Amino acid sequence: MELAQTLPQQQSWLRRLSWFDWAYAVALLVGAGVALRLYGAYMDSYEQAILVGTAFSLAGLGWHWKAVRTLMIVLVAVSLWSIWLYQGDLARAEQVFFLKYMISSQTAIMWMCFLYAMSGIAYWAGLLARAEGPARAGTGFAWSATAMGFIGLLVRWYESYLIGPDVGHIPISNLYEVFVLFCVITALLYLYYEGRYATRRLGAFVLLIILAAVWFILWYTFDRGAHEIQPLVPALQSWWMKIHVPANFVGYGAFSIAAMVGIAYLLSGKGLLSRVLPPAELMDDVMYKCIAIGFVFFTIATILGAMWAAEAWGGYWSWDPKETWALIVWLNYAAWLHMRLIKGLRGPILAWWAIVGLLVTTFAFIGVNMFLSGLHSYGSL
Amino acid sequence: MAQHTRTRAAYDLLSSMRFAISLLTVLAIASVVGTVLKQAEPYANYISQFGPFWFPVFETLGLYDVYHAAWFLAILGFLVLSTSLCIYRNGPAMLREMRSFREQATERSLRHVHHRAEYGIAAAPETVLQRATAYLAAQGFRFRIIPRGEDTLVAAKAGSYHRTGYLLTHCGIVVICVGGLLDGNIPLKLRQLSGQLVLETRDVPQSQVPPQSRLSPGNLSFRGNVNIPEGTSANVVFQNVADGYLVQELPFTITLKKFHIEHYSTGQPRDFASDIVVIDHETGERYERTIRVNYPFIHRGIAIYQASFADGGTRMQLKGWPLLSPKVAPFDVAGAVNQATRITSGDTEIRVELSDFRPFNVEDLSANTESSRIEVASVSKKVLAQLGSGAADLSKKDLRNVGPSFQYRLRDAQGQAKEFSNYMLPLELEGAWYLMSGVRSTPNEGFRFLRLPLDPDGRIDGHMQLRAVLLDEQAWPEIGRRFANNAVSGSTVPAEMRARLAESAEKVMQLFAVRGFESVGQFIEKGIPQAEQEKAADVYVKVLEGAALEALQLARERARLPPAPFDPKTLRFVRDTLTSVSDSFAYGAPVYLQLVQYEEVKASGLQLTRAPGQNIVYGGSLMLVLGVFAMLYIRERRIWLLVKSAQGKMLLAMATNRQTLENEREFESHKAALAEAVKG
Repeated sequence: MELAQTLPQQQSWLRRLSWFDWAYAVALLVGAGVALRLYGAYMDSYEQAILVGTAFSLAGLGWHWKAVRTLMIVLVAVSLWSIWLYQGDLARAEQVFFLKYMISSQTAIMWMCFLYAMSGIAYWAGLLARAEGPARAGTGFAWSATAMGFIGLLVRWYESYLIGPDVGHIPISNLYEVFVLFCVITALLYLYYEGRYATRRLGAFVLLIILAAVWFILWYTFDRGAHEIQPLVPALQSWWMKIHVPANFVGYGAFSIAAMVGIAYLLSGKGLLSRVLPPAELMDDVMYKCIAIGFVFFTIATILGAMWAAEAWGGYWSWDPKETWALIVWLNYAAWLHMRLIKGLRGPILAWWAIVGLLVTTFAFIGVNMFLSGLHSYGSL
Repeated sequence: MAQHTRTRAAYDLLSSMRFAISLLTVLAIASVVGTVLKQAEPYANYISQFGPFWFPVFETLGLYDVYHAAWFLAILGFLVLSTSLCIYRNGPAMLREMRSFREQATERSLRHVHHRAEYGIAAAPETVLQRATAYLAAQGFRFRIIPRGEDTLVAAKAGSYHRTGYLLTHCGIVVICVGGLLDGNIPLKLRQLSGQLVLETRDVPQSQVPPQSRLSPGNLSFRGNVNIPEGTSANVVFQNVADGYLVQELPFTITLKKFHIEHYSTGQPRDFASDIVVIDHETGERYERTIRVNYPFIHRGIAIYQASFADGGTRMQLKGWPLLSPKVAPFDVAGAVNQATRITSGDTEIRVELSDFRPFNVEDLSANTESSRIEVASVSKKVLAQLGSGAADLSKKDLRNVGPSFQYRLRDAQGQAKEFSNYMLPLELEGAWYLMSGVRSTPNEGFRFLRLPLDPDGRIDGHMQLRAVLLDEQAWPEIGRRFANNAVSGSTVPAEMRARLAESAEKVMQLFAVRGFESVGQFIEKGIPQAEQEKAADVYVKVLEGAALEALQLARERARLPPAPFDPKTLRFVRDTLTSVSDSFAYGAPVYLQLVQYEEVKASGLQLTRAPGQNIVYGGSLMLVLGVFAMLYIRERRIWLLVKSAQGKMLLAMATNRQTLENEREFESHKAALAEAVKG
């Protein structure tokens, strides 16, 4: 009947996928298959499951958010190029031009830092001048910085195996590595909302927190030399790390964006920049979305952490400072969500609360490592 | 009546969200306390930290084990109660709401809904209904059609499972707390309060711990530790509680066959593993397993974890060298880690407590090489240096295994102890070889090292012989004489001058033997005008070095060795010996213990836990995750269509449980779509 043609059909989601979507998914699965064939013998069954699961999740993510497909293609192509340039010899990082100045892990991460700085400048220029051009450039810089950051991490992963087969591990094991992870995940989350809400005006604020992390990375590299790949202590030699850490950082990243949007919300409420910032309802909605997604991932990450702790430390909950602060962060956002969803609270209070929430989260993330001691001391300064 | 209303008020309060939120906040703040104050430390640490006044106050408040304090458990209890009441209060309504289509909606009530629209119908009402319901079904709505006289109401809903989210999360929290309480120590606390269980505070062998401090193998949940030296067994673990401990008996015996520790080339540990044999007491079954970090072995619901490692009583042969004695009189000491022996120095007796042994130590010795010099580089140079791979630049580091070391404490008659850490093998520093001995007074300090230079034969004996002569009062006149003779050669020198030289050499040696360079310096500061002090110090040091060279030759004569050649190497050795002797006065011990031979015995630290609540907690966690997803990502939407045939109109109303920007968009899309449905 004619209704089927005139009314929009949302059910046929799968059918709306293009050949490109399918090719992308197939390529991911083939990639995972090749990896399994080549290296499956060195993985335990959990790691194999994580590999296959990652391929499926990335396929799903790419279908849902098309830009991810392009990002993935770039990441795979450049990382493989870098690996090809290395030819299994770490010393070539100093000899080959493209490795030394473009796509060895440290260089890529330095590029990431530079590009995020450019992105921040462009977003602010766009915001203050109310111009779309610079803001557009901000988006471009943010995407390229994110790509460089991911490439840096992926190549670093490969480099760690070049140091020694027993040293090799996924680069999310110390404070330096997770700060890079924080930058790229936060940027990616932001870019998702930027596309979804069709506004580039919040980029200026979100880039502030990313640039704070960039500043830390630079200080940590130049002052402390903390960028060097370190072998894993026995407690970290587990497949749990591959899911616990990224899940946590989706949480941290989302909470950070919520707080930065909270700042924008409050400024706009005070009449500052209110003409250039998006409407209050939009910012309020972004804030809620971020805290919601952050809360989901943080809940999962904490539970995964507890399950890992049960295997590594002999108890799923030991009231270790890191565990306790994770609980505090969780309680805080649980209360935030209750107030908003059930009490229907809106407005500046929630924005303030999101900002305070970030302070609490930051303490749980770094403060605990700096000031408190405990089992979770892998990321000490 | 009053009673009834009060109960009602209490119920209302406890089940209210405000109360629950307050509890969350209180719980968060209370949790902070335990992270700021280090938990479950030995009570002596707290006493020294807070003093005798505050210590008992904080103890009463349970601050040393906050998370098991009664008040903390009470907060958790209230949280469980409040959440349960909340479920009880709202759950049934939620379920009803989930099932309901809200068919009783009237036109009036629909006109109060936020999202609404009205259309004029051009097609037949039946066609409109058919088209509209087909559309709603395609959009994932379930619906009911209710005839209302001439009018027809379509009540549709989607995403009702949103409400299961509420139930799942809140039940999840309760389940997690219940599981956690199962694994908590409440039964233990109750038995302690009733006096059935008494904490053991003495440091006695496990077998002497009385029954009222022991827990039977049937104990539901516990978490304890035990250190097992290689080749020995254990059938209990120790549970630390407050300032004492309890002995938990196991339903099996664990024997440690061997403990393995592997290292990366950088010296960081790579793997800890224990080869254990578990023999079940009841069945006699035998399990040989290797456990490592992250890979426990579970038997009878008890998980055995690799938790730590320690020395299990390495046996050592030591040689004691008196440091401040005019005689070379080494003596042998035999001992093992975690044991104490006594040695005598002069007329005092010293207790030697051997505390640890390390088979090897990887140290970065680059601090001693040139590359550590401060370099001023331009920014661009700095950046360029960082580019490249993330691999550590090993050329900058000088990682070396400097061999075994051992730790011990020397305790005097007053009970005062100093801690020492000695390396077995000599270390090359700036081109010469030394034996190193570290010392500190408290565990918080770093070690300060005494360097004992090796003689040209690479042995410590030469140093000890020279040391003895330097401190030997009777040798000084002879040294002075020789010094005077060699310092000014030729027969034209008057005897008087020679005598003065000999006397001053003797005097410097005498001063040096009091407290090394320190006493020489004090003498100069006191006896010589300030303007000439620097020059005098120079002269004194030269005299001392000259005398020490003579002392070296004398020492070699005494040891029946040929005289040492006069070369820079010998001079360096003599100077190092002087420094070493001088430092010995501040060393804090009259003897140096040299490790001659050892036989290593390792011990593995195991943690054993039984946590029957674990799977309950995991189940609760799963509920929580599913619930959070449902709550946040399933949006409940309800749509009503009131088709009024008589007026030829259709009323559309949409309600959602949540105000988000999507609602607006979705409503507009439905509105537009349904406008098609009413067309003729």
